[in-house]
Amino acid sequence: MGALVANADLLWQGFAATLLIAVVAGVLAFAWGVVLAAFRISPVGPLRTFGTAYINVVRNTPLTVVFLFLGGTTSALVGIVIPVSRNTYFGVTINNGILFAIVALTLYTATFVCEVVRSGINSVEVGQAEAARSMGLTFGQTLIQVVLPQAFRSVVPPLINVFVAHIKNTSVAAGFAATELVAVANRLSNANPGDVFGIFMGIGVAYLAITIPLSVAAEQLEKKVAVAR
Amino acid sequence: MSAPKHVLFDVPGPKAILRDKIYTGVFSVVMVGLLVLLVYTAYARGIFDDRWQVLWDPQRGGQTAADVWHSMLVRGLLLGTLKAVVIAVPIVAVTATILVIARVSAKRLMRAIAYLFTHIFRGIPVLLTMYFGVIALNLSPLVSVVLGLAVYNTAVVAEILRAGIAALPKGQREAGLSLGLRPLPVLLRIELPQAVRIMLPALVSQIVVLLKDTSLGFIIAYYELLTVTKNNYNYFGEVTTVVFVLTAAVIYVSVNMAVSRLAHWLEGRLSRTRASAGVGEAPVAPPGSVTALGAGYAGTGA
Repeated sequence: MGALVANADLLWQGFAATLLIAVVAGVLAFAWGVVLAAFRISPVGPLRTFGTAYINVVRNTPLTVVFLFLGGTTSALVGIVIPVSRNTYFGVTINNGILFAIVALTLYTATFVCEVVRSGINSVEVGQAEAARSMGLTFGQTLIQVVLPQAFRSVVPPLINVFVAHIKNTSVAAGFAATELVAVANRLSNANPGDVFGIFMGIGVAYLAITIPLSVAAEQLEKKVAVAR
Repeated sequence: MSAPKHVLFDVPGPKAILRDKIYTGVFSVVMVGLLVLLVYTAYARGIFDDRWQVLWDPQRGGQTAADVWHSMLVRGLLLGTLKAVVIAVPIVAVTATILVIARVSAKRLMRAIAYLFTHIFRGIPVLLTMYFGVIALNLSPLVSVVLGLAVYNTAVVAEILRAGIAALPKGQREAGLSLGLRPLPVLLRIELPQAVRIMLPALVSQIVVLLKDTSLGFIIAYYELLTVTKNNYNYFGEVTTVVFVLTAAVIYVSVNMAVSRLAHWLEGRLSRTRASAGVGEAPVAPPGSVTALGAGYAGTGA
């Protein structure tokens, strides 16, 4: 623990990097995931095909491969080179590692968001939408006032669990030149071999500080939703 | 229209069918156009040159195509990735069973310990546990990978099994107890086998998760498919990165899809058995299968 206290600024930097990657990629993944879910339930065949193919391929690819793919092949395939930026936000210098992490996690987590949202919409009774339509509500009104509020209830707990996994997945960036929590643990324990246990405990607690409130909230919400049914 | 019956739409009438057809046409053109554009951009960057030759006729250092594929499929996939999976899965089966016993135990202390274990190790990245094994415990990369996989998946599988037990009708447990079985045998011989059966799809998907997580071994220098991939493109030169990373991706996706397909098939099979048996819940699995995943495997053959 002593090494962590002595390097509090590095620890804070790692924590901020983990949070930054998790939040930015989380928001983007949510948006992309909802779009993918819309593709998968749309009446337009090609969009469904695209959505299904994307989900099947990306969900079955390990995140590490997504990172390697972005780092090693995008420039050769499509000529996109992720620009080197050195801007600093919240004490985190945005280097290539962090940018890769954001892009990779967005593409990866979106598939899980999509599946959760899709099964949430499918969990709404068909009769609800039929009743709404027969009362003369338009498609938009049916969706916004009847289907989505009911889908939302069953979507939130699994969605929180998806984001807990997403937050932990930011750790993969440690292998690809991003200085986040796991990279900090690694660096500090190489520098302070005597304090390895304390360092790992501290980093573990830092993760738990984010993940446990979320997973407990998901559990409680799940109980509440179960009662409401 | 082949669109699945869906909560959001009515059965399409003539107007909607026409509209859907137009959209289908438009988006087909857009999708194919994007694909062509992608392939053309790649082509313009010389992606279809002789770099792919490395997969069937490598031109460097007396390596043959057999050597390349042997390194990827045998030393990488079989003796790296799948070895870690095959070691980790039985360990998880046993430890998850123990954890679920503690989690539903009558003793409050046991329950509290199990609750803590579950929440702590579900909330910590697998990679951190693996690094802990390598750096703090001085374990070999293989053991560290297995440690990381086992600890995390124990917590998750135990939760899956607990959900399965919770989904059983109360009468199952009561009947067991009234027959004079003690709580532990009731759990192991009556509740768990049925929970495994209900949760089989989730358990198989968890194997896919575990398989994907072996690739984290790449970061802690465990010799598996991705390490081999990297060694290969370092050896054959920068331009072959695309070749080898894509090959690795195809291998991972194929293996995982095969496992997912298995899960799907099992799901279909289970619902069919249930329907033909004419009862609401799954029939009891053979009494011998007490361990969590072991019973799952026994079930596949039944």
